[in-house]
Amino acid sequence: MADAGASDAVVAAAGSGTGAEAGAARRSGALPSLRARRRYAAVVGGLSLLSLLSVAGVLAWQNPLPAGSEGFWRIAGLRASSLVVIVVVAFCQATATVAFQSVTGNRIITPSIMGFESLYRLVQTSAVFFLGVAGLDLVRGVWQFLLQLALMVGFAAALYGWLLSGRYARLQIMLLIGIILGGGLGALASFMQRLLSPTEFDLLTARLIGSIANADPRYLGVAIPLVAAAGGLLWLGARRLNVIALGRETAVSLGVDHGRHRIVVLLLVSVLMAVSTALVGPMTFFGFLVAMIAYQLSDTYDHRYLFPVAWLTAFAVLAGAYFVLKHLIYAQGAIGVIIEIAGGTFFLVHLLRKGRL
Amino acid sequence: MPDPADSRRAAAPRPPALVPPGTASARDGLRRGRLLSWPLLAGLVVTAALVALSLFVGVYDIFGGRDGSAMFGITRVPRTVALVLAGAAMAMSGLVMQQLAQNRFVEPTTTGTTEWAGLGLLLVLILAPGAPLLGKMAGAILTAFAGTAVFFLFLRRVSLRSSLIVPIVGIMLGAIVSAISTFLALSAGLMQTMGAWFLGSFSAALQGQYEPIWAVLVVVVAVFIAADRFTVAGLGQDIAANLGLHHGRIVLLGTGLIAAASGIVTVVVGNLPFLGLIVPNIVSLFRGDDLRSNLPWVCLLGIATVTACDLVGRLVVMPFEIPVATILSIVGAAVFVLLLLRRRRHG
Repeated sequence: MADAGASDAVVAAAGSGTGAEAGAARRSGALPSLRARRRYAAVVGGLSLLSLLSVAGVLAWQNPLPAGSEGFWRIAGLRASSLVVIVVVAFCQATATVAFQSVTGNRIITPSIMGFESLYRLVQTSAVFFLGVAGLDLVRGVWQFLLQLALMVGFAAALYGWLLSGRYARLQIMLLIGIILGGGLGALASFMQRLLSPTEFDLLTARLIGSIANADPRYLGVAIPLVAAAGGLLWLGARRLNVIALGRETAVSLGVDHGRHRIVVLLLVSVLMAVSTALVGPMTFFGFLVAMIAYQLSDTYDHRYLFPVAWLTAFAVLAGAYFVLKHLIYAQGAIGVIIEIAGGTFFLVHLLRKGRL
Repeated sequence: MPDPADSRRAAAPRPPALVPPGTASARDGLRRGRLLSWPLLAGLVVTAALVALSLFVGVYDIFGGRDGSAMFGITRVPRTVALVLAGAAMAMSGLVMQQLAQNRFVEPTTTGTTEWAGLGLLLVLILAPGAPLLGKMAGAILTAFAGTAVFFLFLRRVSLRSSLIVPIVGIMLGAIVSAISTFLALSAGLMQTMGAWFLGSFSAALQGQYEPIWAVLVVVVAVFIAADRFTVAGLGQDIAANLGLHHGRIVLLGTGLIAAASGIVTVVVGNLPFLGLIVPNIVSLFRGDDLRSNLPWVCLLGIATVTACDLVGRLVVMPFEIPVATILSIVGAAVFVLLLLRRRRHG
């Protein structure tokens, strides 16, 4: 792993923001000044506080039993499983989107448009189409969950292997082909949806809109280790991601095997996205929203600092939205859609303000 | 010392006295490329054959059936007219959009225009459920115009490193708009209606329902008239201004025409995905990039593609139908991917 060592050395030389040995006079890197470090700490503190408030809100709000009693904790325990789902989904979406945007060198796209969601829609729709309402139950279960994951990751891997290796590897063509194939699958799904009876369609719709309620706690036992492995590898490779984000030429001249690491990162991203989609359903713009807020808040390029802020932001946003929509205005079914619209609006504004792509 | 006025006249494209009339027209023909040629005639015949086939394919036997001729007038003729008009209009709006955006991969589906039109239609359905078809069309056209304008605004503001970013951003834009549509449809209980409405199909093109689609004929004619201007605008703002063209005005005209075509077709037929993308690209693969002489080809190929897809949809699961949009998106996605792979190989 000569390249990894080289990149580490370079990044360490360029960005030893936390190292005490770097003098105060000449310091460059992720968080160059005391002020930047304080700002970062304040951001992390603020986000943690928000997250804690949301957690407390979800667990304790309108809990009918007195706080601290045995029954209180039992109810809180029932509610806690949706918090675990939120933690997992927030981690998946945040890490995957940040890594994906760095690898593609483009901060306005999200990995979820790459066909994962269309595949999910197609699987769920065909279940109802071919097996009726009972089909929706047949696609629930740990093995079915794993099968869906394998399908999505396999799709992504086939795409990368086909289009990102060899002489003509071009990332943007791969992205576009992924999107177009997704569109083709989506068209099949909407054709089948057209033939469903209204009852079947209603049941299906609930499944096709991102919602925490879609998650089956049984899946968590499979999902958490997978996510921890894929996400852990991405976090461990954070320094290498810093180099890759500089662009292909720079990365290669710094000794990183750009092509290979790009495929590895994209595969890990596809695992995370597949888990998130199979767990709660499609959430197209959530990752985009979170990544954009995280860039603004953390104000650094260094993924070692970006990832935690992105995760915290995602958790705060999702748990906060869940709390407000479920316990305050009783509209929990629409969480996915409302986050989509917020994310989409940000996207539009961002698009028209940005100067270069 | 020649008279300056004379030399100016000599530089004009058709000097009246210096060249004999026959030579002038020959040079004219050489310069612009012959419009009517044998291949075009052959294309015309093939398209006409497909259109004629569309008139006679269907579940109801129009020759043996009791009300054969009446059925012919009620369903077959309207359906075929709708196919011809929608096919021509969508293919040509794709072409115009590609010229104006200077990008081969844009068309109403990849820029969000159709999603915007759908949003407008949905808004009318929610706010004024009893609105006539004309009101729905107006809503769809207005939002399609706004959405296309947003897209062109984005193109003007952002400097791009790669032309492939444009369709990616456009598709993202469309995804947002359809997320908003989904939310609205969900809260109004219109999800399935919306899905069925947007999935383009000509099965509802009947006498008494399809007539508004005649309006896209205006778009088709307008594109033919303004073709040269769109070609010049496609050279970029600076060159267009140098040649004495008000670039902004042409973009506005193009946006209006595209919005009108997408709005009307969305309301009467539904989405026709990828049509505007694959047809102009295939034509320019064979014929190069002269918009004016390509227009008849784009028009014909658009008609032929939609008609062929509709015929397949009618025949495969007879007596049922597969919506033309389903077939078009599968065929279109395949062709689009092939075009991308081709481009990949050629840098």
